[in-house]
Parts: sequence; C-alpha cells; structure tokens
Amino acid sequence: MSLLEVHAISKSFRGLKAVSDASFEIPEGSINALIGPNGAGKTTIFNMIAGVFPPDTGRILFLKKEIQGLRPDQVCAAGIGRTFQIVKPFAGLSVLENVMVGAFLRESSAAGARKVATQILERLQLAAKRDLPASSLTLPDRKRLEVARALATRPKLLLLDEVMAGLRPTETDQIVEVFRDLNRKYGTTILLIEHVMRAVMALAQHVGVLHHGEVIARGTPQEIVRHPAVLESYLGEEADL
Amino acid sequence: MNRSHLGLLLLGGALAALPLFAGNYALSVVTLILYFAYTGQAWNVMMGFAGQLSLGHALYVGVGAYAAGGLFFHYGIGPWAGLWLAMLLCVALGLVIGFLAFRFSISGVYFALLTIAFAEFTRIGFDHLDSLGGPGGMFLKVAQRDTWDVLNFRGPPLMYYYAILVLCGGALGLCSWLLRSKAGYYWQAIRENEEAAQALGINTFRWKMLAVAISSAMTSVSGVFFAFYYNNLFPEQIFNISRSIEIILGPVIGGVGTLFGPILGAALLTVLSDSITEGLAAIGWEIPGIKQVFYGVVLLGVVMFLPNGIWPPLARMLRLK
Repeated sequence: MSLLEVHAISKSFRGLKAVSDASFEIPEGSINALIGPNGAGKTTIFNMIAGVFPPDTGRILFLKKEIQGLRPDQVCAAGIGRTFQIVKPFAGLSVLENVMVGAFLRESSAAGARKVATQILERLQLAAKRDLPASSLTLPDRKRLEVARALATRPKLLLLDEVMAGLRPTETDQIVEVFRDLNRKYGTTILLIEHVMRAVMALAQHVGVLHHGEVIARGTPQEIVRHPAVLESYLGEEADL
Repeated sequence: MNRSHLGLLLLGGALAALPLFAGNYALSVVTLILYFAYTGQAWNVMMGFAGQLSLGHALYVGVGAYAAGGLFFHYGIGPWAGLWLAMLLCVALGLVIGFLAFRFSISGVYFALLTIAFAEFTRIGFDHLDSLGGPGGMFLKVAQRDTWDVLNFRGPPLMYYYAILVLCGGALGLCSWLLRSKAGYYWQAIRENEEAAQALGINTFRWKMLAVAISSAMTSVSGVFFAFYYNNLFPEQIFNISRSIEIILGPVIGGVGTLFGPILGAALLTVLSDSITEGLAAIGWEIPGIKQVFYGVVLLGVVMFLPNGIWPPLARMLRLK
C-alpha cells in the first residue's frame, strides 16, 4: 500500500519552474531516496510535502487523504515527521526536553512525554547525553537529535532533509545503521533527500532522480546508477559506486 | 523536599512574619518589591517563556487599574467584581494585539513596537475619557485606614502587603506549574526556534495567543492592586512607556525565563534605587539626574557581565539546579 502519493505537483518561484509535474509514491515500510544535483528541486518537493508552502498544481495524498496546503503543524499531526537540513535544536533546552517537545504531540502529561522521549533517546544512542544542553552537542549528535525529535511525534513517515550532509564517512555509516534499524525494528517509512550517494546506495530500496524539477528516473539503486539519463545529467559517465 | 523548596519556604515564612519586625517604611518598600516581582512574573510568561517581547505591559496595568478603579469610583463596586472586568478587557486587548501580530507574522522588534503603539494610543485615548478623569486623573476615595475592609479592598498598608504577597506566591506557583506542563515546553520551543516548533506539530499561533492571554490577565491584576493601593490614576503616568520599561527591568536583571529572576531582580533594583538615593543624600550630592546615572551604570554592568541575569549563576552557586 502507498503511504504517500505525489501526483503531478508543480511549483514556480517568480516564473522560474522549480518543480514540474513530479509524481512518485512511497510504499509503506520502505526506505526511499530522492536525489539530484543542486537546484534540481529536491528541497522544494520536500517543503511542499512538509507544508512549508503549497504546490501550484497537483495533489499530495497521505494515507489516501489530500494534505497539500496544510500547515506544517497539521502535516506533522497527520503523521509526517521531518528534520531540517540546517539543524534547528532548541538550544536553551536539554536533549531530553528537546525530544519531549515532540512527544507532547501525542502525550498530554509531562511524565508521559518524558517516558516516550527517554525510549527514543535510547533508540538513537543519545540516552547518555539526555541532560546536556542541546547547544553543547556535536554536529552528528545534533543530527541525531533532529531525528529523535521528529520520531517523538510518532510519525508514520519520516522525511529526512540531507541528514548526512556535513558528516564524516564513519559518522554517515553509523547514522545509516540507525535508520536501517528504525525501519527494520519499528517499520518506520523513510523518505530521504540526499546528496551523499554512499548513504543512498546503502540505505534506499527505491530511488527517484530529479533534474531541473523533473523526475527523470525511478528504480532501485542498482538500476539508477546504470540509468543512461542519470549518468548523463547527474552522476557522470565515470560513476563508480 | 529539596534545597530550593526549603529556601522558598524560609523566604515565604520570613515575608509573612516581616510585619512583626519591620516598620511602615520597610513594609512599603517590600510591598513595592513584591508588586514589581508579581508584574515582572506576568511579563515573563510572554517574553521569558514564549519569547514574545512586549514593551507595552503598562497597557494592561493601566486598563486593569482604570477598569476596577472606575467601577469603584462611579458605582461603588468593589475590586472583587472589578477584577473580572479588568481581566476581560486586558485579555481582549492582548488577543487583539496578538492576533494582529501573529496572523500577519509581525515578530521580534516589530512586535515590540506594536505593543508600544497600543500602550501609547490607549494613553492618549484615556486622556480624552472625561468620565474617568481625563488628564486630570481619577482619585479613589481614601476611606478608613485602620480597619480591614477586605470586601472593598480598603484598609491599612498591612492589608496591601499581604495581598501582594499572596499574589506573588500565587504567580510563582502558577508559573512553575505552567513551565513544567505541556504549555511551558511548547512556549520554550517556540521561543528557541519557531520553525522547528511548528514542524513538531505545534500550532504556534494558538500557543502564543495563550501566552499573551495569561500574561495580560495576570498583569491586569497588578493594575487593580495599583488602583486601590495608590488611589490615584493618571493616564500620563500609568500608561507611560517608562512604566513598561520599569516592569521588564526586574526580570531582565534577575534572569529572563527563570522563575526566581523576576523576584530577585525586583528586590535588587528597588533596594539599589533606594540605597543610591540615601547614599547620595548622606554624602550631600545633590546633582539632578545623578541617581539615574548610578542606576544606569549598575544595569549596564549586570547586562554586560551577566547577560542571562543574576539568577542563573546564583542558582548554580547555591546548587539549586
């Protein structure tokens, strides 16, 4: 069953077409990646799904319901959690409190939120740092905190916006492991927007390639790296992955 | 019971017993401290917790004061009824300001300007409200000063002292509860990063409006107290922007967003202001404005060296955190 269906969405900014007629769907329980060069429209699509702005045309269905045009908080309440490419921790709060804020979406008491947050911190191996101020975390930990916060809202679909950007290869491998774990153990469906091909190849089951706002290819990672249009426009003739 | 509870209990006990030892002058100073502590606490809900900077809180003090004072002045209706009218008007005003600002994404400095604008034009409006005295002021009848007329909130200074002490305790309890509840977490998330807060399912408009409603309701009570304690109200004074600034100095010096900051700040500033006056009188300096200079220098020092206020480092030192 498709959890998310994107039907022919388009978006222009001052006449410049950022996304045109993009369509794809995300099966429940899968890990998906959207890749493409800078300016291909990845983040624009991400923002339309997350409710930052609506598409000009087209429809976005989540659990068979139209969600295009909802506010970000409504999208989140509907069951879509997101992270930010440039991490946005609540710097003045502790790690645990950051995650509790997310947990309050489905928990009304502080004790309940604390319990959920503690579990999620363990899942992301941040439990030891729960009482530190979020501002004291290193970048890899901040990225984990972004994910933990989003997970605390109990999303059915997790949107990850370049969550590997700026990480070292070993750090990337670690966080890839975290996502694989989340998907396997808890059935979390994931859509990642990613530049780091290493992570995409290791993680995604389905890949979509964007170029100049259009989806030019869809398939498994193995299919994608051999796809002529992708090689030409994005990966280059000598792609060696 | 931990150290901070114990400290609070001792402080509360000392303040409750203070009238047994202190004279009228000391009592009036502490009343003033508690008044600023309470009002600062109310302002802190909006700025300290939810991050919405109001520089026009004198608006709520003034409207609250005139609402309850006016009812008493014209119809002899005591403040226990007037309180509700004061709260209703102030919350309505706060929500209008909040709606305008939050719907149309006016934030930060521009939000602060909007709050100043509302306070200013309300001041000018009251200057033309002749039924409430206009610029000449409204004077409540100063009746019996010896008996406690609790129903009409008329009585000796001691009564006002205990009233404001109870208000302070109540505000501290309310704020500490709010801060530990969902509202407190949501407000702080909005304060730290509104976009991230929204992405976590928080309807930021609604929660900011709630902060404004609670803060304005609490501040309206300051106004009611002010009207019945001082008995005279002038638009020029009560709505003045310097009054708004006075309200926020306590929490800023004490620690914005903390529970004890507003109380500590109010105490330090009031004592400081008084001791500067007395110190200058003792050495015989009578240069106009010299008091403000000293006051300003101390504020500057605190803001420069303790930008988060005095309470956070003090709490660490006393191991209260």
